[in-house]
This record gives sequence, structure tokens and C-alpha cells, in this order.
Amino acid sequence: MKEKKYMNPYLAGFLLGLIMLSAFVLTGSGLGASGAMKRSVISCVDKISHEHTSNSEFYSKYTNKETHPMKNKLVFLVFGVLIGGFISGAVSNRLKLKIEHSPKITSKTRIIMASIGGILFGIGSQIGRGCTSGAALSGMATLSTAGFISMISIFGTGYLLAYFFKKFWI
Amino acid sequence: MIPFFSPQDEITFVISFIIGIAFGFILEQAGFSSSRKLAGVFYGYDFVVVRVFFTAAITTMLGLIFLNYFGYLNFSDIFINSTYIWATAVGGAIMGLGFIIGGFCPGTSVCALAIGKIDAMVFVAGIFIGAFIFGEAYPIFKDIYIEGNLGRILIYDTLGISQGTFAFSMILIALIMFWGSYFIQKKISKKEMKY
Repeated sequence: MKEKKYMNPYLAGFLLGLIMLSAFVLTGSGLGASGAMKRSVISCVDKISHEHTSNSEFYSKYTNKETHPMKNKLVFLVFGVLIGGFISGAVSNRLKLKIEHSPKITSKTRIIMASIGGILFGIGSQIGRGCTSGAALSGMATLSTAGFISMISIFGTGYLLAYFFKKFWI
Repeated sequence: MIPFFSPQDEITFVISFIIGIAFGFILEQAGFSSSRKLAGVFYGYDFVVVRVFFTAAITTMLGLIFLNYFGYLNFSDIFINSTYIWATAVGGAIMGLGFIIGGFCPGTSVCALAIGKIDAMVFVAGIFIGAFIFGEAYPIFKDIYIEGNLGRILIYDTLGISQGTFAFSMILIALIMFWGSYFIQKKISKKEMKY
């Protein structure tokens, strides 16, 4: 079966905005993704060595609490994203194991680039206290200065460096 | 009073899970599960990111402003991220580099992973490694992480204009960007791009 077309971007944006608004109204905060990954890492490290996390100024902020680091709304939200993405792929015939890359590069190159990009995003989102969804998008929606700095910094750097990575995309 | 539920209510987890499903569904439907479509924003062949991102931010922003105006919502009761000037700027720059190299951001990579993109699976693994590096090397990052905390400041106060003026300007800027993006896209994609 043929893949279905993507949704109109403005309709998608409007619906996404309503979803984010209901997140604020119901739970008091917006969307986010990197927080769930951070908490997964912290609970893994804590499982391996509680002594290590207790001695760390960073980890102990999450592990020396009454509540488990995974008991956080963002963790549940990201599980939801996984399922929602899967449902969407299923109804639009896009479920397929594949490595998507520009015809100019090999699958191997794409995998290396994806892993470097992921690591950088992992570090950057921790320093910046949130990623594109948590810091930039939700931040902009609440009109926080941080949200706008984050957005300008992420996309500005992207545009600034785009030239050097052109052959990996087009 | 808004918010209806506190962060540690059990029901908050259920609601967040459902919100996550809706979030993931819309991201995928909009095409955010494709790294080449996302990267298009940096090369001018696809502006879906700009269109979805700004429409969503403006929709939520207007919703919050109106709820506040009619007295249903107090901005001090919802989560507003604090501005750590250096951390936000430097973190953002590292994320921008990660974006142009990896083609995803955390939310979109989870969404792409869900439909079977192997490069997204690797990207997500990378985020875990990155978060681990940050956790382990925290003393190195600490200075930049905690310095320059300006608190929960709002953009219109920073710029010294009223909330309404800012909201109106943001909508105007978004409309100009949407309009301009068609011209750029037309110029760039002389040949049909197939994802």
C-alpha cells in the first residue's frame, strides 16, 4: 500500500498547540522529551551504583528523593510519543525498518552522523535544561525569555553551520 | 483553578501518557519522523519545521494569554523555565550542531524510532550517552550550568514592551516567515525531492 501524505503543517501545528495547551491546563507544564532520557540514564546509573549517584552533585538531586526518578510526567509522556508515533505510522502505512539518508552518503555514514548528533543533543539538552520541545517550544509558548534564547540558539547554530554539512543532506 | 492536577498526582501520569500519544501522533503525521524533511529547514527545501513549530507555539501562547485574561489562569501557577543565560545559549548551540549533524531532536527521534527508522534508534542511543556524559562530567559543566540565573523572566519584560505588543509582533513575524518560506522553497527545490 502507498504511504499516505503528510498532514497540512498549519493544521498539525494548530493541533499540536491545542495538545500543548491542554498539557499546561491539566498538568501545569508543557511538553518535553529530553527529561525522560535524563531520568532513564539516572535510574540506570543509580541501579548500578547507588553510592556513585549519592556522591554526585548532579545525580543525587534526583536519586536522594522520596520519589523514584522515573516517577515523572515526562517519562510517561515520552512513552506516549512512542505509541502515538507508531499508531500514526500504522494508519499511514509508514511502518518500515530503514535507514533514511541522502543518496550521496552511505547508510554507515548516516549511522555515524546520527550517533554523533544524538550524543551532542544529549549533552546540549542537559546544559540547556531541555530540548527543542521542553526548552524552546514550551518555553516560547509561555513567553519565557529562555524559550526564545533556546530557539534562536538551536536554529541559529543550525543555519550557521548548515553549509559545512550540506553533502550529508542534499 | 489551572492546573487541574499537581505534578505528583497519579492522574497526572495517565494524562501525560495520553498527551504523549497525541503529541507523537501529530509529530509523525506532520512528517517529523523524517530526518531529511526536518533538515530541509536548514537548506530551504522543506519548511515544515518552521510552519508547525511557530503555529503550535502561537496557538498555545494565545490560549494561555486568553485564559489568563479571563481570569482562569495565573502565569505563576504554570511551569515557566528559568533563564540561565549562558546555559541556555551554549546548550542551544550544542543542540543546533547536533541537529544539523543528526537530523533529529529528542522528541522527533522517538517518533521516528517508533516507525522503524534505524538512524533514529541510534540517535536516541546517542542522547542517552550524551546525558550520561553530562552526568559523569558534571563538575566540568557545572559553572556554565548554574551561572547567570535570571529567574523566570518573560520575553516582553526583557524587551521592555507589553505582552500584547509582543504577542502581536510574534504573530506578524510568523506570518511573514510562512509567506517568505514559499518563495525560498520554490527557488531551492527546482527538482522534486523524494524522501
